[in-house]
Amino acid sequence: MDVRDDVVDILAGFSLFADLSTPQLENLVETFGEETFVEGDRVLRQGLTGTSFYVILDGSASIRVDEVDRASLRAGDYFGEISCLLGVPPTADIVARGTLRCLVLPAQELESFLIGHPQVMYRLLQGEARKVRTTTRWLS
Amino acid sequence: MVELTDRPFPPARYPLVVVGSGPGALQLTYSLRRLGVQHAVISQEAEPGGMFRRWPIFQRMLSWTKPYASHVRGSTAYERYDWNSLLADDEANRAIMPRVMDGTSYFPSRPEMQRGLEAFASGTGLQIRYGCRWESTRKEGEDFVLTTSDGEYRAPYVVFAVGIAEPWKPSVLDVEGVQQYGQLRPAEQYADKRIFIAGKQNSGFEIASGLLPWARQIVLASPSSARLSVDTRTLVGVRARYVQPYEDWALAGGVVILDASIERVEKTGDGYRVQTKSSADGRQLVFEVDDVIAATGFVSPLQDLPQLGVATFGQSRIPAQTPFWESATVRGIYFAGTIMQGSQGMRKHGIPSNSGAVQGYRYNARVLARHLAEERFGHKPEKRRMKSEEVVPLLLSEASRGPELWHQRSYLARVIAVDADGGITDDGIQPLAHFADRGGEHGGIAITLEANGKDDPYPAVYVRARGKLAEHLMAPHPLLDFEGPEYQAELAGALSGVLGRAPARSVQ
Repeated sequence: MDVRDDVVDILAGFSLFADLSTPQLENLVETFGEETFVEGDRVLRQGLTGTSFYVILDGSASIRVDEVDRASLRAGDYFGEISCLLGVPPTADIVARGTLRCLVLPAQELESFLIGHPQVMYRLLQGEARKVRTTTRWLS
Repeated sequence: MVELTDRPFPPARYPLVVVGSGPGALQLTYSLRRLGVQHAVISQEAEPGGMFRRWPIFQRMLSWTKPYASHVRGSTAYERYDWNSLLADDEANRAIMPRVMDGTSYFPSRPEMQRGLEAFASGTGLQIRYGCRWESTRKEGEDFVLTTSDGEYRAPYVVFAVGIAEPWKPSVLDVEGVQQYGQLRPAEQYADKRIFIAGKQNSGFEIASGLLPWARQIVLASPSSARLSVDTRTLVGVRARYVQPYEDWALAGGVVILDASIERVEKTGDGYRVQTKSSADGRQLVFEVDDVIAATGFVSPLQDLPQLGVATFGQSRIPAQTPFWESATVRGIYFAGTIMQGSQGMRKHGIPSNSGAVQGYRYNARVLARHLAEERFGHKPEKRRMKSEEVVPLLLSEASRGPELWHQRSYLARVIAVDADGGITDDGIQPLAHFADRGGEHGGIAITLEANGKDDPYPAVYVRARGKLAEHLMAPHPLLDFEGPEYQAELAGALSGVLGRAPARSVQ
């Protein structure tokens, strides 16, 4: 198995990429970078600009606001998209819980990636709609 | 047996062992010696220089040294223009590279680079046990045990500076006769040949550039598009020196550049049949060629370190590291040289550090040496106390001329610590990620240069006060000079919360 073949297999199981063919997934692996974090590493930092879009391949992470853990993320989840799309700093730290392996795409490449992969854009939109719905229910 | 007894560092227990003799190891051992940290250095090579004793294959460096620049040779500010010399405290061993270059190019030839590294090693009197091959590793109690061709070395701390220079190819290219970087024949033996190069990064374009005068046809292919450093405004992408095949393709000169995956490679008599599939529309093409060359990347020769628990990532199997280049998963194992790129830092705007190149990792090595001395060997250097009115001029001077900040953008920072009682201390150069993430109630200021891939670089200031970290981005300057009154006033304002009232009054 080639070193990054395992990444294609992992991505094939994620809902965000469920509509992509294997060649499209292989191309995606070439497009995205890969980063590994260990326990306590900050992936995104609250209030700091210049972030990227991340998809968790393996491991879990905390969403931490003002040093308080608010929720957790796991394999298949993604984060950083709001900062990338709006060009604003993140409103939370994302902190690795144990070893965390992610695919990463810089903000400036997210637009062209999504336009080139409308199925992923639709899935991302569904995810954002779910977040808005959850927030609305929480507020009401 | 005179030679054997004269060789330094016989097998024994040492406080620290460094493995390697490339520029990363040379810079680290030099910096450790200057700090008085006792250590041994072993290398399988016969002489200093690491991969630069053989590569780049077309015998010219990709990193420049400008013999004439706006700053005096040998000054700290000159280092911004000299990407290849190692760093020394004594004048005689600074800025060695422009002295060994013949002036025909500001990219040193490979032999010139080798001579420069040899001159540094001999001029600074570095001690290295050459011809000593690291073979395996195990942990016994507090110590790591390195089995070598000369015997066993024991140490609680080991720094591996063994490069990322082992060519790697995917299984689809695992076909008899497919060549890799370092296995090429002399260029003239490719005369009138059809050549298929898998990979569109610098090594692929370097090979294509070298073979342009000889080959009948060159095809470069990989799934993603080639990026150019002049577009990314970083070292990400193909460097300008190797762009000629790209122009040849753009002007329909005969070179073919494809965004396509390689589906199959077959040996056919004296040549090969290569089948590709377009990344854009799935269109398949078949090429009949004489040679296939894999320029698909390199891996680090970590031997059994992964079995010891060293976590790696990505195609190059680079060890995951802390901000101070320690294995993220096996404490006590550190890395130097190009492997330091595994400590990725904050990657602001997705831009990586320059830790993969001499001009980046030479500074990392100096920071690592200081970190090891202080954290592992109890050195307590006296840190310079500062007056508050000195802070703004120092930080803006660093942003304008500090070579660490220029070469390691958003990665290394000049740090000023501010105690609870208002005492101000110069904390020197540190990894920005360490400053940003160490948390706690300590006050402090860090300044870096930031690149965003679009604009000229600009100063980025991070201020920690009352446990909160704030970012202050300053405007670019067309002449890259950040010391003018408007920058002074702006920075003084940004720091007033952590330094109190003094800075605003100090600005002239």
